[in-house]
Amino acid sequence: MIQLDSVSVEKNGSPILTDVSLCFGQGGITALIGPNGAGKSTLLHTIAGLTSPVRGQVMVEGLDMVRARPEQRARHVALLAQNESVTARLTVRDLVEFGRWPHHRGRPREIDRVKVAEALGTFDLDGLADRRLDALSGGQRQRAFVAMAWAQETSWLLLDEPLSALDPRHARDIMDRLHALTRPGAGQRSVVIVLHDLSVAARYADRIVALKDGRLVTSGPRVLAMTGAMLSDLFGTRLAVERVAGRDVVLPA
Amino acid sequence: MADRRLLILGLVLAAVSALFLLWNLRAPVGFILGLRLTKLAALCAVGTAIGTATVLFQTIAANRLLTPGIVGFDALFVFIQTMLVLGLGGLGYAALPSLAQFGVETLTLVAAAMALFGVLLRRGADDILRMILTGVILGVLLRGLAGLAQRLLDPSEFAIVQQASFATFGAVDRTQLAIAGPILILSFAAALRLARLLDLAALGRATALPLGLDFDRVVFVTLGLVALLVAVSTALVGPITFLGLLAASLAHAILPTWRHDRLLPGAALIGATILVSGQFVFERLLGLQSTLTVIVEFLGGLLFLLLVLRRPRP
Repeated sequence: MIQLDSVSVEKNGSPILTDVSLCFGQGGITALIGPNGAGKSTLLHTIAGLTSPVRGQVMVEGLDMVRARPEQRARHVALLAQNESVTARLTVRDLVEFGRWPHHRGRPREIDRVKVAEALGTFDLDGLADRRLDALSGGQRQRAFVAMAWAQETSWLLLDEPLSALDPRHARDIMDRLHALTRPGAGQRSVVIVLHDLSVAARYADRIVALKDGRLVTSGPRVLAMTGAMLSDLFGTRLAVERVAGRDVVLPA
Repeated sequence: MADRRLLILGLVLAAVSALFLLWNLRAPVGFILGLRLTKLAALCAVGTAIGTATVLFQTIAANRLLTPGIVGFDALFVFIQTMLVLGLGGLGYAALPSLAQFGVETLTLVAAAMALFGVLLRRGADDILRMILTGVILGVLLRGLAGLAQRLLDPSEFAIVQQASFATFGAVDRTQLAIAGPILILSFAAALRLARLLDLAALGRATALPLGLDFDRVVFVTLGLVALLVAVSTALVGPITFLGLLAASLAHAILPTWRHDRLLPGAALIGATILVSGQFVFERLLGLQSTLTVIVEFLGGLLFLLLVLRRPRP
């Protein structure tokens, strides 16, 4: 369970998040939506314990993320930040193996190699495992980074705009995989993802957390919380949620 | 593959060291061998220190074109020499106990570097570019101040500053070497202990932090080691700006790995090999003195230009 109690974050004296309280349980996909500058990335970093709030408490599975040591945090939450780029000449396998760092601290064991192989298989990267990252397409590279976060084997996976540089096919490919992996069953994980494409959120999210100007607008099950009125108010433009071919899509009203 | 190449690099260094020691060895053998051993130890220590420091610095700065010299170490060293000569006069400078001079130079360089790193990175290690640019500007300022102060010197004092401003292995002080050697060995060992953390740090702050790395701490410790390695080696023989770039670039080319437990010894061996082989060629074969650093700077400068021009555009 992720629980935020009256969390406020400031940067250089300016409020970024104000009095945000949230609580959601494990499983499924939670989409973080809101206009630019709403505080979505800051919220993810705060949940991951990488940004310290000036007030409030952040608990993940009972661990106080503000006070926890870096390696403790990394065994609870995996965070994939925006625009990941690596200058080192790594192969896909090297990168995914770094996802096991919180477990092996630089000395991989057999179990780590098994988990890396599993993550490569899960994200269909077996054939690319020995290719260098700089020889991959944007979509393949992003998949490799998601696999790295996945290999971290945390209950919670926080993804900050992982689809921003992807074409619709690659975006759908990643979301389909995440959707399947967050369904109930053995090894089920929980994903919190920042999304700008509201139709992707409408299609894949189980829960919605909406932020505006650093404040929580709404949070809850997607079918209840994601309404045309809420989205219109959130983004300051008229939007509607329509049912097209059996799926919800967000369209200009 | 990297292990085998490291072994070959070690054998090459052993071979050129043997040549340096034994080539044209004449009586009194013990005396000459002693002199050559001192010089060899200094060459190896400085080559190791500069090679190691450059790999560390490039990893933290996430840039393969940078050397620690770019943040003004060399300029500060020349500034200290100029101020000492200006303050004490030529005779006073010459009469300075070598150990005291070595201590003052080392401590000043380390203190200045740590002040620069500490002040500019106090809000987190995410502004390394600003730290480097400030170092570059400070370097320009110090060079300007040193140039201004040098105009106040008489020609003989100016010649002393000029001589001290270039690295020379001709007259290495054994006492200084006895102090610098263990410091450099311990710093190198500490760098090797950091190797696994540096592998992760090389992924960048945004990736390494969520993986549980105390990134800011690793950056501070690493920059502290860089400061110590560069300060001690500079105080020992003088500044060599581009040796590190040569050693680190060759290490990355010869050892195609991202693992720092291979790259650091590789750069150390290459740095030492460049200095020992260069000194052997110039001193033993060509009979020249104090030309080595000029050639190293020339080749390093050419490599720098080549690397800049070869860099793919984003």
